Order: sequence, then structure tokens, then C-alpha cells
Amino acid sequence: MAVQRKSNIHILDGNQAAAIAAKLSRVQVVAAYPITPQTPLTEQLSQFVEDGQLKAEYVAVESEHSAMAVCTSASIVGARAFTATSSHGLAYMHEMLHWAAGARLPIVMACVNRALGAPWNVLNDQQDSISQRDTGWIQIYCRNNQDILDTVIQAYRIAEKVYVPVMVCYDGYILSHTEMPVDIPEQVDVDRYLPPYKPHTTLDPDNPKNYNLVTLANPRIGVDGKLCHGYMELRYLLQEALQNSAEVIRDAGKEFNAIFGRDYSNMFWEERNEDAEITIVAMGSLASEAIVAADMLREEGIKAGVLGLRVFRPFPKQDVVQALRKSRLIVVFDKNVSYGSEGATCSEIKSALYGTYINAAIRNFIVGLGGRDVKARELVEATKKAISSLKETVTNPDYPEWICHI
Amino acid sequence: MKANAVNLIEKEWILPGNRTCPGCALSLAYRHTLKALEGQCIVTVPASCATVMHGMYPISAVNVPCVNTPFASTGASATGLVAGLRALGRKGITVLAFAGDGGTHDIGIQSLSGAAERQYDFLYICYDNEGYMNTGNQRSGSTPLGAVSGTTPVLGKQQYQKDMTAIMEAHGIPYVATCSASYPLDLYEKVKKAKTIEGTRFIHVHTPCPPGWLFPFSDTIKFGEMAVETGLVVLYEIEDNIFRLTAASESLARKGGNLQPVREYFKSQGRFKTITEEQIDELQQWVNARWKHCLNRATNL
Repeated sequence: MAVQRKSNIHILDGNQAAAIAAKLSRVQVVAAYPITPQTPLTEQLSQFVEDGQLKAEYVAVESEHSAMAVCTSASIVGARAFTATSSHGLAYMHEMLHWAAGARLPIVMACVNRALGAPWNVLNDQQDSISQRDTGWIQIYCRNNQDILDTVIQAYRIAEKVYVPVMVCYDGYILSHTEMPVDIPEQVDVDRYLPPYKPHTTLDPDNPKNYNLVTLANPRIGVDGKLCHGYMELRYLLQEALQNSAEVIRDAGKEFNAIFGRDYSNMFWEERNEDAEITIVAMGSLASEAIVAADMLREEGIKAGVLGLRVFRPFPKQDVVQALRKSRLIVVFDKNVSYGSEGATCSEIKSALYGTYINAAIRNFIVGLGGRDVKARELVEATKKAISSLKETVTNPDYPEWICHI
Repeated sequence: MKANAVNLIEKEWILPGNRTCPGCALSLAYRHTLKALEGQCIVTVPASCATVMHGMYPISAVNVPCVNTPFASTGASATGLVAGLRALGRKGITVLAFAGDGGTHDIGIQSLSGAAERQYDFLYICYDNEGYMNTGNQRSGSTPLGAVSGTTPVLGKQQYQKDMTAIMEAHGIPYVATCSASYPLDLYEKVKKAKTIEGTRFIHVHTPCPPGWLFPFSDTIKFGEMAVETGLVVLYEIEDNIFRLTAASESLARKGGNLQPVREYFKSQGRFKTITEEQIDELQQWVNARWKHCLNRATNL
């Protein structure tokens, strides 16, 4: 049950919501490089720092690779670090993303989802963050601007508990540049929710430690005779941290509800799915659009529901199985593609369901790449097409269908 | 008091039994750097021979806190350390970036240039062994004209070295200096001075490399000295735009400014086995011109 509290509603776009959330989280070092559509977020943060609203170091770096390198080193010495990027910027950061996760640094980044070249395109899809899927970061996708603000604050709580960096993803323009009502929490409440960052190691000349040293594959004995982890063990611990983070993510959402009255205790959210025979799966703002489609389908007597993925890494396999147990058909819409295969979320859903008692048919559609508008009507048509395909075969096709003019 | 072999601080921050090659000039330079900083530093090191020297987890040969960072990121990593320390209000710690020539002249130039332009408060030391020695000697932006390497295997390098110190000077940073591992006391003095200056400081250290340059392990100091005596390496510092020759280069200038011919330096290293007489002449002219320029620029003669 939501706690009674005074609301403080402002009309904000997604970038403003993310900037305010970073400020409320009392980030100490911000390093960012401008890229469309993330730019207004970095401008807003530099404004907060220059006008004294945010006591932080703002480093106007010369590249995204450096943005993440500043964040990793600042985080290592014990500062709460924040950055934000999109698309090519995220791709340019790729190497450093591995280092942030590998060194177990609780950095939070806003990824304002945008398409990748070639050819140039500044509009939205989710190819950028999906391409960074295997870097060891927790990934959370937002459906609206309130989600963005709330998720950035939760991200620090999660990251600093499990020592894994968190990428908060939201759709470029659709959220980043679209204004919506957002309830801004009180600083005192955020402080209560988010304790100061405690680094897992300190860098101190009087107690010198060497960070990210060359590490052999096998465990190795230290000078004190103690057997220390090899590279493989360290990688296992990162995997284990992500596996165990699901509980921390749920708790962070539950605790958030207790203080702020908005519930994030689920790894995804469901709409109209209680009695649904057909479940539409989507991620980010596309899932909001899917609700409109589900309502349209229901008007025609088709029992459709929506599963909106929120946490993509760690992927909530068991929860997804539970949510899809009644579905006869699962229609997955992806704003990304693993070329030569299918949409990334479709692969996850298939993988989650394999070996369970659920044998619903799965149909995958690639939509909205490079900012191509996705209308609820198109989701309805695709879902109907998926329904009629069941008459021919329930077997899942090898490749996804694309909603485009070819 | 000027540093000498007797009054140098005795404590060592580089421990014996490390993984450098015999005759490694980098370890000599690093040793005196850490002595000058009295260990009160946090170091950031990109992929390099210095990474190897630091050891393998869980054993390190270096007794100062260190962050290993990807190849291209040294300048940004130093920035992050400074920004983090400042945000936490931790004072009195020098942030030291310690990178090779590949990590400075080539892959690291962007992040270093960005950090220097932002005037972040750290000391950057480039130890220059004139090639990618950690990966077995391939050509870098600092490999000299005529040197054979893994990627200039037949003809030797056809281009001159990149003058990284001049590039750093052009950033308008408060302190820029050149050193040689063969003159560790000069290095020690310069690091000590750099420590007291605020802003980005850059020191370039010439570090002869026996296995890469193909000379006997026992001759490291000799080749470092030859480079200075021939003028291939000029020892100087630029503090607030004032250029001063220092140490052996200053003495050479004061004794009439006569350099040794460069020929012997090239003829006695295996890496120059294919260098032509024309290239040696060309290099001699290049050295003479630069030396003249330095003599004209020096304010302390």
C-alpha cells in the first residue's frame, strides 16, 4: 500500500528526470561527453554543478571512453560516479564497460537509447545497450519519465550493494525529449533511502593495494601463503553477483515503495495479463504502446496482455515463466536485432521457457529501428498475423518478421 | 639541497624480484620517481612493461597504491583519481600516471591531451623505450628513423620520432621536462619539483631497452649517456614558459656545446642494422639543428 506523502509534480522530459535523479543521489563525480539525444542531460548536470545545486566534480571529457575511465578511477578512490551516453558513445565506451564491471565498481550510467551507424541516425532503438549486453552490467529499461527518475536512484542502491555497475536505459526522444508529469522526491527521503557509498577497497599510500593487476587463469598463492582467486574465479564471482542481484533489485524496489509510494518490486510489469491467452512482450516505452494495442485487441474479443520487461540483466527467468504460464501465444517485439538470429528479448524469452511445461508459440517482430514510428495499430496487426500463423504451424520460425516496407 | 647518491632517500618502493628484464631502464626511472614522491602517490598504469613489472595477482613488486587501466585511458584515469580525491576532500596525495611511449604518443594521446587541456592536477611520466616493447618490439610513434622492429622488419622505420614533449608544451601546462634514466638524480630533482607544482605536469624519460634495441644488458647506462652526449636526447625543463637546459645537456652547453657524432650510437645497436649512411647523415643534421635551437632557447647559459 502506497505511503501517504505530499506530491511534488513537475513537468519534465526524460533527460531532466535523469539529471534530477543524479542530483538527488548526491553523485560526487560526473564525467560525460555530449551526444544526441543525451546532451540535455549533461548540460543540466553541468548547470547543477556550476550553480552550486550539486556538490560534485563535473569533468567535461574529450570522449566517452574517457568518460567511463574517469568514472572507474573516481569510483575506485571512493567517489559516487555518474555518466550518461547514447549509441556511438556507448559503443566507444565498450572496453571501459568491461573494466567497470570487472573491477566491481558501482557506477551508474544513463543510456539514452539511440540507433547505431552506419548510416547515421540519431533516433531511437535499443541496439546500443543490447550490444553491451555481455559486459557484466545490470541493465534496467524505463517505460516513462517517472520510471527514469526512480530507477536512477534505485540503481545506486542496487549497484552499491552488489558492487556491479547499473545501466539505466530509456528511449531517445520518445522519453528523453518528451515531457510528462514526474513526482520529484524530497532530498531528505532520498538520503534516507540511499546511504553514502562505501568502496570495497581503498587506495591509500599507507596501505598500498594494486588494483586490476595481471591475474592468471588459475588461483595463486600470495606472500602470506593464502590461496587467492584466479581470473576464472573472479569472473565467476561477477556472474554470481548478477545472479544474486535479482533479490537486491526487488528489495530496492520494495523499499522504494515504502518511502516514496511507487512500487518497483517486480523485475517486469504486467498489464491485462491475468487472464491473457496472448502475451505481448516488449521493453522500454514500447511496452507502454503495447498496452494500447492490448486494449484494442480486447475490444475485438482477443484476450491480450502485456509483459513489459524492466530488468534485462539479470534476466528474470523464473518470474517470466510464472507470468507466461497461461499464455498460448507470446508475441515479442524487439527494437534491436542480433543479426543472423533474432531480437535479443525474444531469445531470452525462448531460453527462459525451454524445458518448462509451457509450450506456447513464440513470434518475434523487429520494429522501430532508427526511430521508425511504432503505432499501436501495427502491434495489433502483427499480433493478429501471429494468431493466424498458428493455423499453419505452432512451430516457431527460424527468423523474426520485420515491420518495414520490404 | 641537491640530490646525490648519499642523501637520496633510502626507502625503496620497488621491491626486488620484479619481472623487468635485466638492464631495464624503466625500473631505474620508476624507482627514482617513487623515491622523489616518497611513496605518497596513487599511480595509474596502462598496458605496458610497467604492468608486467607491477607483478601478478596477488603479488605486486610495487609498494604504492596503483590502478591498472586500459591502454587508451591513462590521462582520463588520472583525471578520475584527481576528481575522486577532490570530491572526497583527500589532500596531500600526488596522482602519478606512468605510461610507455606507445601508451602516450599513440593510443593514449587523446585522453592525455584532454586531461592536460582541462589542466587536471597530476604528474604524467612517459618512459620512452622507443617501441612496443611489452609485445616484443613493434614500431611506435616514438621509434627512431632507421630502427628495425617487428613491424619495420626489413627496411627499418622510415619516419622520425614524434616530439611528444613539444606537443605537451603546446598545451600550456605549467611544467614540462625531459629526463634520461642514465641521469637518475636529474630525474629525481625534476620529479621533486613537479610534485610542488599544481596542474598537469609532463616528464619524458628516455629509457634504453637492451632486448628491444639489441645491445648487451650491461650497457643500458652507457646508451642513455650516449644519447645525451650526441644530442639525440636533450635534457631540459620548461617551467612557466622558461626553458632551461639541465644536467648533462647543460654541462655540454657550458663546455662549448660540442656534441659527440651520432654515428657510433647507431652503429653499436642491433636495431639499426639496416640504417644507411644517408640516414645517419640526415639524423646528424636533424640533431645539430635541434641542438642549436635548444642553445638559443636556453635561458640559463
